[in-house]
Amino acid sequence: MAQQIITIDAQEVPFQEGQTIMDAAMSAGVYIPHLCHNPEFKPQGSCRLCTVEVNGKRMAACTTKAIPGQEIQNNISALQENRRALIQMLFVEGNHICPGCPKTGNCQLQAVAYYVGMLSSHYQHFYPYRELDASHPNYVVDFNRCILCELCVRASRDVDGKNIFGISGRGIKSHLVINSTSGKLGDTDFNVDDRAALVCPVGAILRKRLRYTTPIGERLYDQQPINVVGDSTQPHAGAKKQW
Amino acid sequence: MTDRTQLKSVVQVVAKSYHNQATHLLQMLWQVQHKYSYISDEMIDLFAKELNLDYAHVQGVAEFYSFFHRTPRGEYDIYFSDNIIEHMQGKQDLLDRLLTKLKVELGQPRSDGKVTVDNTACIGMSDQGPAMLVNGLTIPHLTPNKIDQIVEFVEQQKPLREWPSEWFVVKENIQRKHILLGENFEPGSAIQAMLNKGSDGTLREMEVAGLRGCGGAGFPAHKKWQLCRDTASDERIVICNADEGEPGTFKDRILLQSYADLMFEGMTVCANTIGAKKGFLYLRGEYRYLQKSLEVVLTKRREAGLLGNHILGQKGFDFDIEIHLGAGAYICGAELALIESLEGNRGIPRKHPPPYPVNAGYLNKPTVVNNVETFALVAKIMVYTGKRFAALGTEHSKGTKLISVSGDCDRPGIYEFPFGVTVREVLETCGAQNPQAVQNSGPAGVCISEEEFDRKLCFEDLNSTGSFMVFGQQRDMFDVIRNFTQFFVHESCGFCTPCRVGTSVMKNLVDKVHSGHGTKADLQDMENLSHIMKTMSNCGLGLTASNAVADTLKKFPQIYEQRLQAEVSLAPSFDLDAALEAARQITHRDDEKAHIAA
Repeated sequence: MAQQIITIDAQEVPFQEGQTIMDAAMSAGVYIPHLCHNPEFKPQGSCRLCTVEVNGKRMAACTTKAIPGQEIQNNISALQENRRALIQMLFVEGNHICPGCPKTGNCQLQAVAYYVGMLSSHYQHFYPYRELDASHPNYVVDFNRCILCELCVRASRDVDGKNIFGISGRGIKSHLVINSTSGKLGDTDFNVDDRAALVCPVGAILRKRLRYTTPIGERLYDQQPINVVGDSTQPHAGAKKQW
Repeated sequence: MTDRTQLKSVVQVVAKSYHNQATHLLQMLWQVQHKYSYISDEMIDLFAKELNLDYAHVQGVAEFYSFFHRTPRGEYDIYFSDNIIEHMQGKQDLLDRLLTKLKVELGQPRSDGKVTVDNTACIGMSDQGPAMLVNGLTIPHLTPNKIDQIVEFVEQQKPLREWPSEWFVVKENIQRKHILLGENFEPGSAIQAMLNKGSDGTLREMEVAGLRGCGGAGFPAHKKWQLCRDTASDERIVICNADEGEPGTFKDRILLQSYADLMFEGMTVCANTIGAKKGFLYLRGEYRYLQKSLEVVLTKRREAGLLGNHILGQKGFDFDIEIHLGAGAYICGAELALIESLEGNRGIPRKHPPPYPVNAGYLNKPTVVNNVETFALVAKIMVYTGKRFAALGTEHSKGTKLISVSGDCDRPGIYEFPFGVTVREVLETCGAQNPQAVQNSGPAGVCISEEEFDRKLCFEDLNSTGSFMVFGQQRDMFDVIRNFTQFFVHESCGFCTPCRVGTSVMKNLVDKVHSGHGTKADLQDMENLSHIMKTMSNCGLGLTASNAVADTLKKFPQIYEQRLQAEVSLAPSFDLDAALEAARQITHRDDEKAHIAA
């Protein structure tokens, strides 16, 4: 199929029909910040971090189809500042304690925060009360760090065929739930081999006992920023190797 | 075990009454909640098994809608309408009076299980508030005296049917009639006119009339219908959106109450034009008390051969309408969320790219979604011709518009004006008292200041969804803003970051200014946040949720500035001394050193 062209920040980016702006950017190695997007799964456009300006209009790159001739602004200060505010919102919405989190250095939320120049959370913290679920022998779910990207929901439903995760509540009370009568992960058939066990971009789904196998300081984003190395593909929170 | 067996049979009976269709999950949850006052884990489990759904799905639905409860409610379940207009009418004192006298906490059932008292978003009664819902029935015009009697009735366990029946009378308050509300209508006449004109002729009539959707977007009705008709499918759907949730609007309630024939007839005209056999009326949960009378109208229409098979004796003209009850979610007024809700899901516009319902709507079938007023107009246009409508209004906004007027005026109620009427004319007609501002189209709309009163209500200028709230000079517009920001925190669906978190951040900023801790930096934050919400949100709710703040920052800056700390550019969002209160209590200290000097 003939390749067509869009421009992102004046750079020509080829794409094939049917691809989204995000698809085209990823193939061309152009970084558009994102958290709820993972090319393996159907895009959902909920974190809104990948908002770009398409011919002057703001759209989510992950859900907008590339069309020949689109002039797209991505790495511009107006967008980066607003993306920083979105990241700050995610930080104050949950309880994110980077220095004490096993995922530090491998966490996409943290890495994107660095990328957009976030120095503080700026807004008043909500400090929600959320319980941990450590019922599973190999995994712990820390709802405090969930950013509602629904990647685990999609992975479990679309790849594992297990539907282990879901979203309940509304508005600011929206929250991740486990699909079992008890609401506990231990009462599901969640397994270390599940795709859903590997997709959490933050420290919400954590593999037990392997959280500090790689010292802090030697992890993915400790070495290079996310716009260079891209999404974290670590098998567990403290891993060095990629899967 | 017996309990579970008993519950199981209840769930089975309820599920069966809806043919075990998962699309009817909301209707089923209404049924069990009606019986048990709440939806327990066990019921969720039973429904999940009975309908072959995930536990998390049923739970997600039960926990999305604000009228569904996961813990027991009182035998009398009372909700006060919490719109700003009701606050101006003295709602808060009445609520406090009821809470105190009943010795009950807001939102918590009393320990004896007799009563729950709670707030809810606008219930469409601003013209006759303060108003409440008691077990789904509306009591308008609340007074301290009525509250005291309610307390007695609750304590005596007096059944609702023995409460004074005049309390439950919901008035029409129609103040100005024109072609829609004023002219006679004979049920069946619009369908007959449609049959005479045929599908193409009907579309032409809508086009001549210049009819545009009354839900807010203003999309030309004939185009929507035509796109739906021309999408290849074995089945098409007609949906009437009666999820009138915009605070301050109640015009659809009047149509549902007193003009239901018009609306159902418009739906039937649409059905035969596009080739649909199935119709839904999506009725907001707040209007549950209208369901019975609407069912009566439907039955009469079936008996008169205006619904069902072979309508008006035409072979193959089969169409029927089912009422689907919402359960308290403003977002479901948006058609994509409404369709999700009709399908038995959480009301989240989650599909990307957003589909056009005319191509892929309810269960992916081509679907026309129009508002109650639009369908009512259709029926009138068929009888009185498009030409007559087109003679009214402005170039791009033909015909008339129903406006729900409430607030500081002598004659609140429904006004039918030709499009193009100025804000000032409406204010004069309703007897507005010294107005300083009008909130047009609800909290998501536009705040109109005095200098703009000559602006016109029409698609070319001020788009109207029907809500017109009048604020007199004596009102503090900051109270209005606080009410609106709280509303959006409650109604954000939670899907996208800017709206889910942004609405709460905005509320915190507004509260900070209200508490006297605000600074200029906070106003700057509000502006930035509003820009982010307006440009980065996923759907119309988030895109408009900060309008009221942005408008008033521009038009009424003094309401913010007079509350700011003078000469301070940045201040913490909390009171340091107050934050130590918990520590003081734990240590039993209240001496000078246990305080931080202000």
